[in-house]
Amino acid sequence: MTSATQPYAETVTVVQREVTYAEAIREGLRQEMRRDPRVFLVGEDIGVYGGAFGVTGDLVHEFGSDRVRDTPIAEEVIAGLAIGAAITGMRPVAEMQFSDFVTLAMEQLVNQAAKMRFMLGGKIAVPMVVRMPGGSGTGAAAQHSQSLEAWFAHVPGLKVVMPATPHDAKGLLIAAIRDLNPVLVFEHKLLYRVKGSVPPELYTEELGKALVRRPGHDLSLIAYSIMVPRALEAAELLANEGIEAEVVDVRCLRPLDEATIVASARHTGRVLVIHEAVRSGGFGGEIVARIAESEAFDFLDAPIRRLAGRETPVPYNRALERSTVPQVEDIVAAARALVRE
Amino acid sequence: MREALQLMLRIRAFEETAEQLYMRGLVHGTMHLSIGQEASAVGAVLALEPTDYILSTHRGHGHCIAKGADLGRMMAEFMGREHGYCRGRGGSMHIADIDGGNLGANGIVAAGLPIAVGVGLSMQLQALPHVCLAFFGDGAANEGAFHEALNVAAIWKLPVVFFCENNNYAMSMSVRNAFPTELISQRAQAYNLPGVTVDGNDLQAVYGATAAAVARARAGAGASLIEARTYRWRGHSKSDRNLYRTQQEIAAWKERDPIAHLRTQLIADGLLQEAEAEAMAAQVREEIAAAVAFAEASPEPDPRDLEDEVYA
Repeated sequence: MTSATQPYAETVTVVQREVTYAEAIREGLRQEMRRDPRVFLVGEDIGVYGGAFGVTGDLVHEFGSDRVRDTPIAEEVIAGLAIGAAITGMRPVAEMQFSDFVTLAMEQLVNQAAKMRFMLGGKIAVPMVVRMPGGSGTGAAAQHSQSLEAWFAHVPGLKVVMPATPHDAKGLLIAAIRDLNPVLVFEHKLLYRVKGSVPPELYTEELGKALVRRPGHDLSLIAYSIMVPRALEAAELLANEGIEAEVVDVRCLRPLDEATIVASARHTGRVLVIHEAVRSGGFGGEIVARIAESEAFDFLDAPIRRLAGRETPVPYNRALERSTVPQVEDIVAAARALVRE
Repeated sequence: MREALQLMLRIRAFEETAEQLYMRGLVHGTMHLSIGQEASAVGAVLALEPTDYILSTHRGHGHCIAKGADLGRMMAEFMGREHGYCRGRGGSMHIADIDGGNLGANGIVAAGLPIAVGVGLSMQLQALPHVCLAFFGDGAANEGAFHEALNVAAIWKLPVVFFCENNNYAMSMSVRNAFPTELISQRAQAYNLPGVTVDGNDLQAVYGATAAAVARARAGAGASLIEARTYRWRGHSKSDRNLYRTQQEIAAWKERDPIAHLRTQLIADGLLQEAEAEAMAAQVREEIAAAVAFAEASPEPDPRDLEDEVYA
C-alpha cells in the first residue's frame, strides 16, 4: 500500500512496521490473551493445526489447549458455548472455519446471542466474538466463498465488523473482544496475506466508525472489506484520468456510521457503493437508502449506483469466479460512467 | 421434603392462576403450562446448590419457581409489566432470574443445551465448583443440538447435567413415533455418559438421580443424562385441542398426580399432618394472590425505552 491509502491517523506513526492481516489478527489475539485471562479461543483446527488459514498459528504453544481449544465439527455448539461462557464471566473468541459454516450456527447467534440481553430486560451481557473468513477468490466454490454479512446486519443485538486492512484487523478485533455484545468479524480470505502498517502495541479501533481512506471530490466509492483496497487501487487509476474519487471504508455495518457516509455523498454528489456480496438484499441497498433518505439527497448529481456480486452462487473456475465479484477494472469503469452522468 | 411439597404446590397454584388470568384476557401472549410435571422440576432443582446454574425451556415456570424466583416479578412478566423479570420484553417463554442462577427459559427447542456446554466450560476454565443443569423435553432430544452438546460435554468432562423431561409429546408428536428406542436415556451410551430413566412424577426418585449426577459433575467426573418420565395435563399451548391423545390417557396420568403422591407419602411417613398440608396450601394461595396484586400494580413499560437494552 502507498501512504496515500492509509487513514490520516496512521500517517503520523513514526515506526512503520508491515505485517500481514493474518499476523495482525494473531498478534491482537496474543496480546489481548496475555492481558485478559478471561479471553479464550474456540473453534475447529485452531490448535496445533493453527487454523485452516493459519490465523491462530502458534498460539496454542503459548496459551495451551484449554485457551486455544479445538472442537469437534459442531458449529452450533461452538456458538452456543461461546454464549454460555460469555454470560458466566469469560470472553470467548470463536472461529467459524469458513463463514459459510455459520449457517450451522445461525440459531445460536440469531435467536440466542442477539436477543438474550433484550429478552431478559437488559439484565445480562453477552461479550463474545465470532471470527470468520468470508469471500471468494480461492477456488473454494459455492459453499466456501460466500459473503453473508447482510444477514447478520439485519439482526438487532449483533454487531458486524468488516476489516479491510491489517491495522483494522487487529484494532477492530480487540475492540470487539472488549465489547459487551456479540460481535461478528468477517475476515476476507484474500486479505490474510496482504501486508500493511500495524502498531506493535495493543490498541483498539472504535466499532461503528467509518473512515475516509482517500479524499476526493468527483465521486464517492463506498466500500468495505476487500472492496476497500480494490476501490483505492481504482481511485489511483482514476486519478491518472483526472477523476478524484473519495474512498470511504464503512468498516462496521452494525452499528453503521451513517454520518461519515452521508457527508461524503454530500461532498461529492456522486456515489458508487461496492461490495462483494450478491446485490439483491446486499448491505449496499441499506447504504444507498440511508443516503437517499438523508440531506445528501439534494446534493446528488446522479443516481446512486451499486457494484456488487452477481446473482449466482460463487463458481469454481477461476475466470468464472473472478467474473462474479467486482474487480478493480469494474470499479474504474463504473466510476467513469458515473462521473459522466 | 416438606419444602419440596410447598414448591410443587406453589408451581401448581401459579400456573392455574396464570391460566385463569389468560382466560380473563389479562395475559396477552402464549404460555406453556407444566401442570402435572412439578416433581421433575422441583426434584431436579433441589439437588442443586443455590450457586449452581439452570437453563430452562419454554415450559419453564416450574424450574423458575423451584430455583427461587420471586412470584410477583414472574406474574408481572406474564402480564408484560415493567416490574416483571424481563421488564415485559420476554414474557412467559423468556423468564430468567440471573441472580438466582436461572439463565433463562428458551423459545427454541434444545437451544439451552449448547449454552449449558459453555457454562460448564466456563466453570471448568475458571476452576469454579458450580454445576449447570439444562432442562429440555423429549422433543429436544431429536434436535442436532442435543447430540452436539452431549458429545462436547462428554469429551471435555464438563460439569453439566442434561435433564430431559419426557412428557410423552413434542407438541402432538408422540415419543412412540419419534424415537426408535424405548428410553431416551439410552442415548447417553453413544457419548459414554451415565444415562438413567426415572419416574418423573416421583419427587424422591428425581431428586436421587439428580443428586448423583450433580455429585459426579462437581467431582470433575463429567456430564450425565437423566430422563424423567412425566406428563403434561394441559395442552402444548393455548391452541391445543388434544386431538392426538385420548381423555382416558390424560385421566390415567392425572391419577398419578405428583403432588398428591408426595403429600400422601409424607403423611404416611408421619412427616406431615393433614392440617399442616392444608395450611401450606392456604399459604401458597395467599402468596399467589399477593403476586397477582404486585403484577397488577406494576406499570406498563414505556415504548420509548425499547431500544435501550438491545446493546450493552
